[in-house]
Amino acid sequence: MSRFEYAPAPESRAIVDIKSSYGLYINGQFVEATDGKPFKTISPSSEEVLADVSEAGPADVDKAVKAARKAFEKVWGPMAGRDRAKYLFRIARLIQERSRELAVLESLDNGKPIRESRDVDIPLVAAHFFYYAGWADKLEYAGAGDDPQPWGVAGQVIPWNFPMLMLAWKIAPALAAGNTVVLKPAETTPLTALAFAEICQQADLPPGVVNIVTGAGRTGQALVEHPDVNKVAFTGSTAVGRAIAKSVAGSDKAVTLELGGKAANIVFEDAPIDQTIEGIVNGIFFNQGHVCCAGSRLLVQESVYDEVLARLKRRMGTLRVGDPLDKNTDIGAINSAAQLAKIRELSQVGEDEGAERWSPECELPPQGYWFPPTVFTGVSQAHRIAREEIFGPVLSVLTFRTPQEAVEKANNTPFGLSAGIWTDKGSRILWMANQLRAGVVWANTFNRFDPTSPFGGYKESGYGREGGRHGLEAYLAH
Amino acid sequence: MRKTYKLYIGGAFPRSESGRSYVVTDAKGKFLANASQASRKDARDAVVSARKAFGGWSARTAYNRGQVLYRIAEVMEGRHEQFNAEVAASEGLSISKARAVVDASIDRWVWYAGWADKLAQVVGSSNPVAGPYFDFSLPEATGVVAVLAPQDSSLLGLTSVIAPAIVSGNTVVAVSSYDRPLPAVTLGEVMATSDVPGGVVNLLTGSASEVGPWLASHMDVNAIDLCGIEDADEARDLEAASADNLKRVRRPAEEDWTESPGLSRLTQYLELKTVWHPIGV
Repeated sequence: MSRFEYAPAPESRAIVDIKSSYGLYINGQFVEATDGKPFKTISPSSEEVLADVSEAGPADVDKAVKAARKAFEKVWGPMAGRDRAKYLFRIARLIQERSRELAVLESLDNGKPIRESRDVDIPLVAAHFFYYAGWADKLEYAGAGDDPQPWGVAGQVIPWNFPMLMLAWKIAPALAAGNTVVLKPAETTPLTALAFAEICQQADLPPGVVNIVTGAGRTGQALVEHPDVNKVAFTGSTAVGRAIAKSVAGSDKAVTLELGGKAANIVFEDAPIDQTIEGIVNGIFFNQGHVCCAGSRLLVQESVYDEVLARLKRRMGTLRVGDPLDKNTDIGAINSAAQLAKIRELSQVGEDEGAERWSPECELPPQGYWFPPTVFTGVSQAHRIAREEIFGPVLSVLTFRTPQEAVEKANNTPFGLSAGIWTDKGSRILWMANQLRAGVVWANTFNRFDPTSPFGGYKESGYGREGGRHGLEAYLAH
Repeated sequence: MRKTYKLYIGGAFPRSESGRSYVVTDAKGKFLANASQASRKDARDAVVSARKAFGGWSARTAYNRGQVLYRIAEVMEGRHEQFNAEVAASEGLSISKARAVVDASIDRWVWYAGWADKLAQVVGSSNPVAGPYFDFSLPEATGVVAVLAPQDSSLLGLTSVIAPAIVSGNTVVAVSSYDRPLPAVTLGEVMATSDVPGGVVNLLTGSASEVGPWLASHMDVNAIDLCGIEDADEARDLEAASADNLKRVRRPAEEDWTESPGLSRLTQYLELKTVWHPIGV
């Protein structure tokens, strides 16, 4: 089938001004790290070095926590809710003002297409701050008692897949509730967090209320284990989440974890077929599949298997893999060499275990980290590619005959983050939604997010919710 | 006539599969009974029962669960004198003080019974998302909850840690107070005659320190209440063991069982599910 050839439509890089090196943002200032080793952040689509970034060592983390503690006790804790609200509204507006710049920066540092960072990530970031700003002076209605109190200092560690959005999910509710924060962005995607620090300066946010400590696992561990952190919030892998849960055992620290997933996207024979194909594609190829709630297992009712697969493959053939800054791009770069290696390894396992692999013809750029959209058919529940999170643009397809079988297969996983249901029958949607052990159920849609809508997992996908009134509760002592 | 005090598992009253029992005395040291001493296998059997009962119990209407909890209160009322004597002997209270404890426990079952069909309204929400979608969040039971019941408060505390878990549809494996287990067994007898399906509540008499680690590390237990563990290091180890399957953990804390419980234990064992559907012709 012939493709339309699109002319390149690059978004200009001129709008961003990336410094050659960044310090840590502590107590309202960018300062040099004292006992860490600087590292580089690169653009995964070209392997070009974007900037040098500081590593916060334990002494730096301690300094940041002390700054957060002082700000909590002297400034942010005593501040009236309506005044905290105004800072958060200001931040939301600044994000909106700088939204194109932030979107370009996010695509450069993370590898995701500009259409996603521009149309999904950054608008949601602003919306999260706007939503939680409004809660700051209404805490007594949050469902945590008449006079709920913040925990104090929150230590927050976020992943690389939605860098600025994950920052918003953590910082906005924490601040609205009256906590101060020390946040560690992922080591491969620090730049939008550092831009956020600048935004805090532009907003005149009191020093110490937000602190950004860049670094990798070592920095995150120092932060989570710091004795003067009252609340820990982590989004990332289940393995690290488990380690964090162990490390806070016996302490007074409150913890919320948002971990991995292996969601079932379930297609019934009466599903609206065009929307369903778009939903399947969006479910696993949006953000290169670097999504904890990705619809990575397609469960298709046997009677429509042939039609769904044929249409899916045709649609996959129209997806454009390429330069994240090109507005035509559908699938961007894989975030890092390490992640690319994992995706390749598990895909090889898929083949070795007997599933059938297919990708459309795809010209991949010579530099950078790329993986074509891939689908495995003939997958069984026993296959590793049906059980383990690949975190890449790889879809595993299984079949079912009855709704009960679909439920049993969908729930047969230690994860429980999300699920998708595609059918025209309303009663079946509600029945399936009831049966699926998942924190987020998308029916006839997929990968929708909103600051008012609580998000989080069952079982080993973690505990606690982000977004909505419940996301605020997590930051109030009760 | 003296009573034999056995475990309550799957709606039946088996002795411990280990055959062990231990001496229970009253607050003054006088012999009361030989209680079954629950073993690791008893705990595992109880988890199997609890898991089996979960599907049915959580699928019942909230109205129905509320009525079952209310029935527990009704049957307890009928056994008021028996409970008075057991609580008085176990806790060293005068009969009139024990009567007040039993009254408070019955009242607590009634209070929790009324929550069954209201939790969804208080905890749930309709979420005004910025797009044409119907978006709502509802609480669901988390699954099988292990409860290490308080060591001192043999009936009121026991009630206060079990009722909030089951009212929303969870099933429970509880280890009673070691020194004061008898009211727990009688509570099991109440449940067996109150339309509580077998396996919804399982009561093990014995040592929370011995059995607790097996429950904390059990991969088919979804949440654990460490209330009855008085040693901080022990509690820490149990919390760490619980991390393997990311159990929801409630840490031990100072508790005043006479105070109104609030929502904290009720919401501890709930999972929030958010559902989206497009709106359009």
